[in-house]
Amino acid sequence: MITKDISQSVVKKDHVDKVAGQLPYISDVKMEDMLYGVLYRSPIAYGKVLSIEYPILPEGYHVIGAEHIPGGNFVKILIPDQPIFANEWVNYIGEPIFMLVGKELEVLYQLLDEAQVKFEEHEATYTLDDAIEKMTDVMATHEFGESLQTIEEIGKKAYQIIEEEYETGYQEHVYLEPQGMLGIYQEDEIQVQGSMQCLYYIKNALISALACDDDEVRVIQSPTGGGFGGKEDFPSMMACHVAIAAQVVKKPVMLLFDRSEDLVVTTKRHPSKIKYKTALDRDGNILSMSTEVFLDGGANTGLSPVVLQRALLNSAGVYKIPHYHAKGYVLKTNTVPNGAFRGFGAPQSFAGLESHMGHIARIAGKDPLEYKRQYLVKQGEPTITNGRFRDPIFMEDMIEDLLKTLNYKKKKEEFARFNQQSPRFKKGIGTSLFLHGCGFTGSGERDHIKATVKLLKTKDDQVLVKISNSDMGQGIFTTLSKIVAQELGVPYEEISFPYPDTKDVPDSGPTVASRTTMIVGKLLERAARRLKEKWQSGVEQEIVEDYVHEEMIPWDEKTFSGDAYPAYSWGVNIVEVEVDSFTGNVQLEKIHASFDIGKAIDERIVKGQIDGGMAQGLAYGFMEKMTSKQGRIQQRSITDYGPPTAMDIVHIESKLYDNPYAGGPYGAKGVGELTLIGGAPAVQSAIEDALAVPFYQIPITPEIIIESLEKREGEAVD
Amino acid sequence: MIKFKLNGSVVETDAPSTVRLLDLLREEFELIGSKEGCGEGECGACSVLVDNLVQNSCLIPIGALEGTDVQTIEGYSKTPQYQVLNECYATAGGVQCGFCTPGMIIATEALLSKNPHPSEEEIREGISGNLCRCTGYNMIVDAIQLAAKKGDGLW
Ligand code: FES
Ligand code: FES
Repeated sequence: MITKDISQSVVKKDHVDKVAGQLPYISDVKMEDMLYGVLYRSPIAYGKVLSIEYPILPEGYHVIGAEHIPGGNFVKILIPDQPIFANEWVNYIGEPIFMLVGKELEVLYQLLDEAQVKFEEHEATYTLDDAIEKMTDVMATHEFGESLQTIEEIGKKAYQIIEEEYETGYQEHVYLEPQGMLGIYQEDEIQVQGSMQCLYYIKNALISALACDDDEVRVIQSPTGGGFGGKEDFPSMMACHVAIAAQVVKKPVMLLFDRSEDLVVTTKRHPSKIKYKTALDRDGNILSMSTEVFLDGGANTGLSPVVLQRALLNSAGVYKIPHYHAKGYVLKTNTVPNGAFRGFGAPQSFAGLESHMGHIARIAGKDPLEYKRQYLVKQGEPTITNGRFRDPIFMEDMIEDLLKTLNYKKKKEEFARFNQQSPRFKKGIGTSLFLHGCGFTGSGERDHIKATVKLLKTKDDQVLVKISNSDMGQGIFTTLSKIVAQELGVPYEEISFPYPDTKDVPDSGPTVASRTTMIVGKLLERAARRLKEKWQSGVEQEIVEDYVHEEMIPWDEKTFSGDAYPAYSWGVNIVEVEVDSFTGNVQLEKIHASFDIGKAIDERIVKGQIDGGMAQGLAYGFMEKMTSKQGRIQQRSITDYGPPTAMDIVHIESKLYDNPYAGGPYGAKGVGELTLIGGAPAVQSAIEDALAVPFYQIPITPEIIIESLEKREGEAVD
Repeated sequence: MIKFKLNGSVVETDAPSTVRLLDLLREEFELIGSKEGCGEGECGACSVLVDNLVQNSCLIPIGALEGTDVQTIEGYSKTPQYQVLNECYATAGGVQCGFCTPGMIIATEALLSKNPHPSEEEIREGISGNLCRCTGYNMIVDAIQLAAKKGDGLW
């Protein structure tokens, strides 16, 4: 089908195979002679490994440990602090020490029990609060903005200073397909297949671990059952495990996690603590604000420094705050390492800031939304790093339209009346305003990623998309093919986009940071345009297109100044809830969401991202709770953790605003992460509206609600 | 020896009666459409129809199957009802990563065969045993509503 408007939806490329269930995810793959791997994991949170005694192995069973690693014993991410097999020190419960490999899983699990590892236990840091108290293990820190001295001066003249502390918990991805990776030995190469977002991250980790040449490893993406960031950094470690094992035993080795293992040992969203100090004048206007962000990095650095960057860059939200200062830290704890998760630090910041703004609004005696609107940034104004918001900003229109559709004022009155008459059930409405910087921070695309894409036209005039990005359900097989098809003027069905294989595709960068459509899509658009110009029927042709950096205000990573992002996507969420004040149960009633994502490449796919991202974001605010006790994750099953079912969610009335961005294909900007960010703060604001009680943390579970209500009653009696 | 009907044909197996139906399907019969998302009856990715009722195949020991009629997505995909669901899931956008999808289709069939014109609430309840982390469910709900309309008379 050739569509006139690219936003017009088409049937997804992989739809039929997925519905029929015949697409082989990694757990569906069987190979002759294939062995399974299981990992011996640290039972303690922090300590020195004194001795490792392997079990006596039956024939055909093998131990793979640190001694088998040809290269460095670390997973290459940012810094080499994450061992592939922790044979000297262990830093968290669940850290892999060695792997057993063999035919029968049952036998392998039994053998695991027979292994003897002795440790010298050391005193561990279990919680973010402990780490903040000690401040000894800082994995990363950044600071920028107005000098603290100036802020102090302003504070002296202020009418009042509001200080708040806000906490956010873990969030677990619960991609429906647990992690899985298969290593295949071949004479001249080691091949790794599996569920993944970032083929070249894995490839680079393998080259480092195997100390081999570029052409001796090969990474192929399998159909991937959801990622959400959970398959960004973590799979590199599993890939190292299976690749090393395959190389030793010279057979295919499969490592599959069951759900409880996946829940307990894989990366999660960083728990955070955020401190706000805001000076107000007599009328409640903001004079200055300083923010301090603490992220729980877990036991090793992983991607945490970059997550902190995004948390800080988003810490002033969509507002122009006079005299703003931000500082942040990633602190080490002896808990499972935290990593990438849709939003990448931004959801914590927005939850905290929207909460804080709502609270100051109430102190100022104003409706939170009205109050927040006064501070909305406008086109042309500086960002908190002295970059520029150079493109049109539609937030005012988006808010205004929503207020009209909703009849907001009347609704608020209705709710107030309802709440007066209803002692048990309380209704509330809450809003969140947010943005998301698209692509890598600063000059990351130019300096680190350097994306390249390729289009191949065969002799039969078949066009193939050759890039290293993963379709993990977000639909890039379809959207990116549409971009190429539209440029070429051919039906989109004629474009082929096979699962990527590093032997065959250039490094177009990882599938992260809401960059795929905007950055990679743009490169493909340009490649397709060139292919069209040069098109010669019946001849094989290849077009390669490299990333070109659009110079803005240059980004300086040391001082945190300049344009942090080339473009921003924007959102407004309004959520209505009913809270049962006897049980603390929160029921979502109505959800409205407006987004400016530039231009939708496929409206239905974008709406799917909105629905799915918002469900995750809303649940992050009041349902999904993961905790760690003495370094041990407490939730071992999906129900323990509590992601939403169909009964928890309601229809989402979403609306898109066209605001084409010149740097994106057909004007498109990033979508995936944006959709998650507004859920939690909107839900919190709605619960606060219903109960007239402030909250200082998410998730706001029924227990927290009951506790807060009891506390308020206690205070009323006092 | 356990004997039951699988996707319309009578099959036998020597596997021990404690083996999970999910493993039997995937290992012995090489039917990969039933997926394992949790192995504990919490996600519905392994859903199959046993005597027309939706069941989590990860919880069923095959010893309990003697004489039953089991249908997996592989068998179900040969029916006209499946064709309607396939189309409606496409039109509504009910599929993202696809890992929940075969199970969701089976749950949809079980729902519609009991209640051909379910309300939105009944749909949400009907698929509440099937988790989907990608779609936020709404487009799946739309797909089922659409199927009830389009496939009128089939269920
Ligand atoms: S695998 Fe059977 S319910 Fe999840
Ligand atoms: S489509 Fe991914 S879990 Fe449902």
